[in-house]
Amino acid sequence: MMKDSLTLLSRIPAHPDSRCWFLAWNPTGSLLASCGGDRSIRIWGKEGDTWVCKSVLGEGHQRTIRKVAWSPCGNYLASASFDATTCIWKKNHEDFECTATLEGHENEVKSVSWAPSGSLLATCSRDKTVWVWEVDEEDEYECMSVLNSHTQDVKHVVWHPNQELLASASYDDTVKLYREEEDDWVCFTTLEGHESTVWSLAFDHSGERLASCSDDKTVRIWRQYKPGNEQGVVCNGTDPTWKCICTLSGFHTRTIYDVAWCQLTGALATACGDDAIRVFEEELLSDPHQPTFTLTAHMARAHSQDVNCVAWNPKEPGLLASCSDDGEMAFWKYQRPEVC
Amino acid sequence: MVGQDPSASPAIGALENANPLIYRRQGERPVTAREEDDELPDAIDDREIFDLIRSINDPEHPLTLEELNVVEQVRVKVNDAESTVSVEFTPTIPHCSMATLIGLSVKVKLIRSLPERFKVDVHITPGTHASEHAVNKQLADKERVAAALENNHLLEVVNQCLSGRP
Repeated sequence: MMKDSLTLLSRIPAHPDSRCWFLAWNPTGSLLASCGGDRSIRIWGKEGDTWVCKSVLGEGHQRTIRKVAWSPCGNYLASASFDATTCIWKKNHEDFECTATLEGHENEVKSVSWAPSGSLLATCSRDKTVWVWEVDEEDEYECMSVLNSHTQDVKHVVWHPNQELLASASYDDTVKLYREEEDDWVCFTTLEGHESTVWSLAFDHSGERLASCSDDKTVRIWRQYKPGNEQGVVCNGTDPTWKCICTLSGFHTRTIYDVAWCQLTGALATACGDDAIRVFEEELLSDPHQPTFTLTAHMARAHSQDVNCVAWNPKEPGLLASCSDDGEMAFWKYQRPEVC
Repeated sequence: MVGQDPSASPAIGALENANPLIYRRQGERPVTAREEDDELPDAIDDREIFDLIRSINDPEHPLTLEELNVVEQVRVKVNDAESTVSVEFTPTIPHCSMATLIGLSVKVKLIRSLPERFKVDVHITPGTHASEHAVNKQLADKERVAAALENNHLLEVVNQCLSGRP
């Protein structure tokens, strides 16, 4: 049933002799940014049937570039580096220019994410903090808030797809959610359940659900319950409660480094330290409050080393990009298998 | 540096364990007839892995990890077919502040020496260190290990542990 659900389209040495840490599609799905241990960012575009390097952003950082993120308008790219800074790159035709360097974190910046409005940016660091930055019309960045809720290294930040709601994942095994309150930002809930480092997060297209992946080899699906919900989930004041409604365990044999939830098809992909890529889909008739997910693709040895990132193209359903410690990036076509 | 990051500086000054027990080193590994036959493939075995790490220097004594019984061949497990290596190491004292540094040195040595397909797991021997869980978690976090190895001071200390004695 799983046969040929994931097929390799092409494989490219994106960051040779180095790790390729992360990938990000621009909002139109026409460009893919990659970053790695070689301190460079590469921008990839399609020419005919092949992906080619359109530009190399090499002068911004002194150390590993851990993650990159596009602004919702697609004109800016932010890069988070082990050199403790975040650079903002402005797109000018096919060139990119570093227009701002955000400083303040005490050590490695692990992740960066733009809010759906494009006027807010979040960064997180090994210094255990999450920073929320405000962008003004002159492209100036000002730190609005330093959030200290985590007790350890913060691995990932991601904004809700359509609200100003921020999520972070940490080495302290928790996920935290934040919202604005009177010009400041506050952590309103902590999602506990993972038994080791939470490496990455992904909202579904509605933003009602959040997937988290961990060193504990599980993926957890969390669902939002607003005050007065029919299911009787207790809420604290006016804040929603996020409850774990599904745990995918027994599928992964090592740390799960990334999770991507396709906004177009609902397919959930994972990047694992066992070199495999897996895709899960929710069963059609499963209870939305207790859903069942089925493994629909398992590409063992998708890469020759750990898979660090999986990213669904935002416009072309089923087009998946992945990257690895082996420095390579790969493009895959995913097709939901026919139900037997 | 117990429970801290591997990028933190190791303590300098007084020795924590001034008079450690010293163990006898193993002899040279006998070469088998099969290994001498270049036509036959040789899987990497526990003894080969042990030979890679036995002569790593202790950060505070002029002794090897083998002489301090920090590493032993029986605590090395390799599965060549599955490309996995697991090493347990035993700190000389349960509060050894060098535990993360020692584990990092073992890990770096194996990553540098083995083909890239290998997954290298380095753990403290269960029950032999007060901060076993915290040290194991750090050593397993490849992102923190990568960041630590971009720290020149720490890299120098690790390389010192890895340089064979003159």
